[in-house]
Amino acid sequence: MWDYVKLVVYGVIAVLAAIGANYAHDPAYMVNALVVMLAAAIAFVYELRHVGEVRVHPANEYMDGVVRAGVIATTFWGVVGFLVGVVIAFQLAFPSLNLGNVTDGVLNFGRLRPLHTSAVIFAFGGNGLIMSAFYVVQRTSGTRLWGGNLGWFVFWGWQLMIVLAATSYVLGGTQSREYAETVWYIDWWIVVVWLAFLAAFVGTLVNRKEPHIYVANWFYLSFIITIAMLHVVNNLQVPVSIFSSQSVSVFSGVQDAMVQWWYGHNAVGFFLTAGFLGMMYYFVPKQAERPVYSYKLSIIHFWALIFLYIWAGPHHLHYTALPEWASTLGMVMSIILWMPSWGGMINGLMTLSGAWDKLRTDPIIRMMVISIGFYGMSTFEGPMMSIKAVNSLSHYTDWTIGHVHSGALGWNGMITFGALYFLTPRLWNRESLYSLKLVSWHFWLATIGIILYASSMWVTGIMEGLMWREVDANGFLVNAFADTVAAKFPMYVVRGTGGLMYLAGGLIMTYNLWMTVRAQPAKAVVNANNAVPAE
Amino acid sequence: MCAKQVKKVEREVPTTGHTWDGIQEFDNPMPRWWVWVFYACIVWGIGYTIAYPAWPLINGHTQGIYGSTERANVEADIKAFDDANAPIKAKLVAADLASIPSNDELKTFAVSAGASIFKNNCAQCHGSGAAGVQGKGYPNLLDNDWLWGGDMEAIHTTITHGIRNTTDPDARLSEMPKFGADGILEKDQINQVVEHVLAISGQEHDATLAAAGVTVFAENCAACHGPEGKGDRTLGAPNLTDAIWLYGGDRATLTYTVTNARYGVMPAWNTRLSEDEIRAVATYVHSLGGGE
Repeated sequence: MWDYVKLVVYGVIAVLAAIGANYAHDPAYMVNALVVMLAAAIAFVYELRHVGEVRVHPANEYMDGVVRAGVIATTFWGVVGFLVGVVIAFQLAFPSLNLGNVTDGVLNFGRLRPLHTSAVIFAFGGNGLIMSAFYVVQRTSGTRLWGGNLGWFVFWGWQLMIVLAATSYVLGGTQSREYAETVWYIDWWIVVVWLAFLAAFVGTLVNRKEPHIYVANWFYLSFIITIAMLHVVNNLQVPVSIFSSQSVSVFSGVQDAMVQWWYGHNAVGFFLTAGFLGMMYYFVPKQAERPVYSYKLSIIHFWALIFLYIWAGPHHLHYTALPEWASTLGMVMSIILWMPSWGGMINGLMTLSGAWDKLRTDPIIRMMVISIGFYGMSTFEGPMMSIKAVNSLSHYTDWTIGHVHSGALGWNGMITFGALYFLTPRLWNRESLYSLKLVSWHFWLATIGIILYASSMWVTGIMEGLMWREVDANGFLVNAFADTVAAKFPMYVVRGTGGLMYLAGGLIMTYNLWMTVRAQPAKAVVNANNAVPAE
Repeated sequence: MCAKQVKKVEREVPTTGHTWDGIQEFDNPMPRWWVWVFYACIVWGIGYTIAYPAWPLINGHTQGIYGSTERANVEADIKAFDDANAPIKAKLVAADLASIPSNDELKTFAVSAGASIFKNNCAQCHGSGAAGVQGKGYPNLLDNDWLWGGDMEAIHTTITHGIRNTTDPDARLSEMPKFGADGILEKDQINQVVEHVLAISGQEHDATLAAAGVTVFAENCAACHGPEGKGDRTLGAPNLTDAIWLYGGDRATLTYTVTNARYGVMPAWNTRLSEDEIRAVATYVHSLGGGE
């Protein structure tokens, strides 16, 4: 019965999408509708071939299939995102790479840039967070993921979102809101998938066999709830037509800007910080085989972080039409946020005390440690850059880009790599990773890549900030904007090179994980890691 | 080293007793320095919000005990420079245009002000070094080849009203006919006149065609470009005998230009720049090397 309902639903979606494609006002909408039609058709055929099959959800086994799929998706989208990043980095250095004459703007920097940011944040980071949240919440709750196939819905729903977003960006479909470029109907779909994610996560927590909720799950839960709230409010849009990808924000002027950066900064705060702290709180103690350093610190820094982050958005709008009082509050809260952020770094690093020798022998631990190091560095740099006097120099310059990437490449990337290296042998039941030597190669390529990236952006950011504000004795500006662009060229090449090294590391990781699954011997005890512990 | 490790084990704190998937938690206190720095940041934050505009109220917001605001500060900064520059700006506006380049005081000020204005308003087309964009129709301002004149008066007029724009009735205006596109000349006539232009600009050319082009040129082009092709500044008609080309002087580009004509536009700047600013940037352009 249920199978036939699903068949009907998939069929109806495919037909409606075909109608939508026919009436589409713009190419982004049309291609998106065709993608939906195709996805529904594939789901229809899949369902048709499996009608009437009995699907078992053994309660005594963790639901690891969806986590395995998540590991593959995280790795795949990571490489895609890094690759697009390298391309746009070199487009900035060599504008002819925009290929404007050949592709009619489809591969312009302006279209590829949101493709890059969405691919690394939401495709790579998002898949990493979803799959690790599913893994961690099951293990630390001692129970199977709640909701039957809900986990699979979240997984495939998220992949569909990514494909829709990517295809609409290159065809010009965008809301022009940074890190929230996805057009209105994709936003609605994100809400559906995200609520399913929340339900699966909370359902599992409710069913937990442990008396307490582990700290990693606090962070995951706060990340899921807050992102839902931020996403909905920031995407309150009125569509121009049901057949158009265009929409108009319900906010206007500086209120609109403030809502966008309230969202934008907390995409950093909750998606890229709280969520990844959840990852850190599970994988670091597991890999180090040491207890978490301080329970007290984890409570205090958790609540302080959650309370303070939500205020910090106005520091993106210093010296704009935003009222000064809002800007002051944003700056003050950002600075008070410094220590709560560092609480996570201390807890992560100090968890290794007594296990520091592992840094020599275990490149995965090394990866996690450098990740926490970059976390600490960028959560110091962030509050510093939120200070108005510093911001008046750093704002709109490449310094901001360097700051974001030391956090994204260093913290988010490295901790995710650590988690992937941890998970792959366990999920595929392998004795060990294919090669620790390749992990070392990945570690060094990525680390040197980040250093090249961040330092070149510091140099060019501070240089252009100083050039922009330079005035002569009579108060006249000394430099033309084009002068600053020309002056940045060598640093852009260095940055691109750093990105290339990071991408190379990602490819080495992909090969290593692939060979782990393909070529490593299976563990003697089958499913030891996969069984839910008895009460 | 060894002793140190032993000591550490002795001081190992108990865990909280919870276990999740084998993970335990130590019951360590929060690091003192962390707590104190956190407190210090909070205290500083409270102080800062008392000192500066910070907290929203029903009608308005707290003003801060210093009573300083960003807007007032930046306005004061700008006013300080404006006040300091006011006397010399007045002199610049009052002066006879032609005399500015020979007046050291005015010239020094105008060139530095003009350079800044140029870089923020003119560089987009003429390049930040004022060399124009070769072959794209954006004239080089560094040489002594002028389309509409290179003395102070002419440069000032060009900047004030612009060229061929639709917004300023006093804009400089002239229009080259589309000799090919509008069917004024036959294809072989265009080929002939192009060879003629190649000849008078001292380039490699087909002598027979060029000879035939002499008549075509005299009948169609000489009215603006002059009988010898030396151009006419009152009409903005370029000199065709020098090696300086706005769009390019090769055979293909010349054929395109004769066929489709060119219509370079420059905006009028009197709506965006004040008189003293226009005079300053005119002086700057005049000073670049080709001023007459």
